[in-house]
Amino acid sequence: MAFVVIQFLNGLASAADLFLVSAGLSIIFGVTRIVNFAHGSFYMLGAYLAFTLVEGVFGPAFGFWPGIVAAAIAVAVLGGLLEVTLLRRIYQAPELFQLLATFGVVLIVQDLVLLVWGPEDRIGPRAPGLEGAVSLLGHQFPRYDLFLIALGPIVLGALFLLFRRTRWGILVRAATQDREMAAALGVNERWLFTSVFVLGAFLAGLGGAVQLPREAVHHTMDLEIIVEAFVVVVIGGLGSVTGAFLASIILAELNAFGIVIFPEVTLVLVFLVMAVVLVIRPTGLLGRPEFAIRAASGVAEPPITPQSEAARNWVFAGVLGLAVLPVVADAYVLSVATEIMIFVLFAISLQFLMGISGMVSFGHAASFGLGAYGAALMIKHAGAPMELAFLAGIGLAALGALVIGWFCVRLSGVYLAMLTLAFAQIAWSVAFQWYGVTGGDNGILGVWPAAWAASPIVFFYLTLAVTTLALVILRRIIFAPFGFGLRACRDSVLRAEAIGIDRRQVQWFGFAVAGAFAGVAGTLYAFLKGSVFPDVLAVPVSVDGLVMVLLGGIQRLNGPIVGALVYKLLQIVLASYTDYWRLVIGVIIIGLVVAFPQGIVGFFGTRLDTLLMQRRNNS
Amino acid sequence: MTPVLSVEGLSKRFGGVTAVDDVSFSVNAGELLAMIGPNGAGKSTCFNLVGGQLKPDRGRVRLFDHDLVGLPPRRIWRLGVGRTFQITAVFQSMTVVENVQMALISGRRRIGALWPKASHLYVDEALELLSRVGMLDQADRACSVLAYGDLKRLELAVALANAPKLLLMDEPTAGMAPAERIELMRLTSSIVRERGISVLFTEHDMDVVFAHASRIIVLNRGRLVAAGVPAAVRADPSVQEIYLGSAGAPVPSGSPA
Repeated sequence: MAFVVIQFLNGLASAADLFLVSAGLSIIFGVTRIVNFAHGSFYMLGAYLAFTLVEGVFGPAFGFWPGIVAAAIAVAVLGGLLEVTLLRRIYQAPELFQLLATFGVVLIVQDLVLLVWGPEDRIGPRAPGLEGAVSLLGHQFPRYDLFLIALGPIVLGALFLLFRRTRWGILVRAATQDREMAAALGVNERWLFTSVFVLGAFLAGLGGAVQLPREAVHHTMDLEIIVEAFVVVVIGGLGSVTGAFLASIILAELNAFGIVIFPEVTLVLVFLVMAVVLVIRPTGLLGRPEFAIRAASGVAEPPITPQSEAARNWVFAGVLGLAVLPVVADAYVLSVATEIMIFVLFAISLQFLMGISGMVSFGHAASFGLGAYGAALMIKHAGAPMELAFLAGIGLAALGALVIGWFCVRLSGVYLAMLTLAFAQIAWSVAFQWYGVTGGDNGILGVWPAAWAASPIVFFYLTLAVTTLALVILRRIIFAPFGFGLRACRDSVLRAEAIGIDRRQVQWFGFAVAGAFAGVAGTLYAFLKGSVFPDVLAVPVSVDGLVMVLLGGIQRLNGPIVGALVYKLLQIVLASYTDYWRLVIGVIIIGLVVAFPQGIVGFFGTRLDTLLMQRRNNS
Repeated sequence: MTPVLSVEGLSKRFGGVTAVDDVSFSVNAGELLAMIGPNGAGKSTCFNLVGGQLKPDRGRVRLFDHDLVGLPPRRIWRLGVGRTFQITAVFQSMTVVENVQMALISGRRRIGALWPKASHLYVDEALELLSRVGMLDQADRACSVLAYGDLKRLELAVALANAPKLLLMDEPTAGMAPAERIELMRLTSSIVRERGISVLFTEHDMDVVFAHASRIIVLNRGRLVAAGVPAAVRADPSVQEIYLGSAGAPVPSGSPA
């Protein structure tokens, strides 16, 4: 019994920073409608800055508490700067581009942290006055954890007073409920948005800073906390601080007891709870109905038309160009080209899901990775030949997408997107924790192509053939009744149901089709690399896909080809020139979002259309 | 003769508000039944209860012999109920003709087809429907650039695609200029008469109502307060009271209520 109590208190203590981060994320989302991926970066910066201030500037003996507060304030200032310099320019852009921009910030901060603090873990000092432990029910319980347990409710109470008792708080609540109405009543939005961002960043910074005596500071904290905070915000309900409080306790307790009871499947447990909550209460425990992610352009999509002669010729020339590449290129260039083709296929499958079907996925890596693991497991455990393993990969990816899709089509908008992320993390955690089958983080080695396809040239041609074929089939599906049905459900659920279309079923199979094609890409990737690691299921792969699709322009059918080519080339070239390629890519992503909110192909495509129209009118 | 649509004791509450309270009526074959009433009378709720967008708390809705209660909109559509919405709902990313083709494809249960080109399917039928509503010349335009009145006509063509026995039209002329309203309702009347389709519609424009309705039912605060042929409803004092207050003049025939 005593053990249960202690474990419960442990859970409460780790709920504190989760709550601080999620509350900030939730408040920012409520008012600005921006899903701030960079919130994890604020948290990480809070921790690193606190380390530096406490260890370096103020001195450990008397400077701990001022250091913590100063770190949080510094992060708040950074958040304000970010809002004024970047986000303010893109509030009118589609939500997905805002997400992309904040992810650019994540990449930049990751490398800045490495530059400034280096890759090694940093251990902070104990908190003065709260060192050591107290005896509780016969167990030793850290004094500092008692402080953290109190911190959560204190912050919740402070936020409550702030929102209920101050004029500013009333404005924030008004804007959260109805932004247009608040603006129409003369609320100064610019100032409000900036101040909300400052508050959110402060909370995240504080969350990171107070972790200092408890955990080592390290440079992957940002994505770890942001995934958890997403889960908290989704379980608690977007825009609800109390919901975030409840959900961070639920999550932290699940972790605390899960580790004791089912150490192998703690992560799975957490995400299953999230899935169950979302299916029963799609808007989270205390959330309000539906924040839809607006379509990419914010206005109606233009009808998609079959490719023009010119576009078809370009694609044909591209395939032809690739076909002669092995004559001039060496093995390295071939393997780079093969990898790019694989990601073109991955991006196209994601665009099918996001652009055509209107289901935004933050977790498309699940399908990619399941494809890779399906093939690798078939080889490792059944000793199957490449051809069979290939089919197994596609099958596993399709099956996974059917399971994930079954849940996801019950939601829409941001909630759907976050649920996809959760499922991708489940898949990742299974691959990571299930040593007996997947080898955990040692991965599965020896996933080589069959003898006939082993040479880089043959594998290049194989990939070219499979990718081209897959593109042709997907294109065909888009223009077939099924593709039209998917667009119908995306455009107007009301109308689709009123002409006899079973929205859920159509979207469910759409999800599975997208998953199967991503699985094809994943399978090829496994054979290209000769091995599979849990990384293929991780967040960065999903985000890479998002970036490629959005760079290319979500509604341009050829957009993902250009997006994947540009992004992957950039990644590979930059990685060979500099260790800080994330920094450069982050800056480029942000630059592109600010300059071309419709994506590269969207941008040039629109201008091209106008040009062609003018020429036609002139003649 | 069995009515096309019969509604008995229909009720729906939202929290403490009874939006539709024990409403009964029927639509006979070939009839245009107008449902009128002030804002908040429960007209749109009634429509959504019949169309399957909402589920009633009590009451029966039957199309010929089929019980419609509890069926999703897509099943009700398959039984022969076409629908237009108060705020037009069309597929914005498709052209005019593709919207109609979509309805035809769904009607033939070919939505799952992965290979044929959708734009080559049922072209003639789709163009014929568009020509019937006077939209043939706009067939290849994007829906997103259509004028509102044209969207309404497109919705009518889409609603006709499955050869419906009953059309549910929620404010078919809302948001249109007066001349356009009369034109659209004239078109609707002539189409449904030639095809033997029955219509249940709501409308705020009394000119449209009295010119085209075979019968009228009047809702107020969720309850059915009057029913009958236009002349009888026009003369009904309780209707005059609802629209004009107790000291009012007769319902005017010249201006929208």
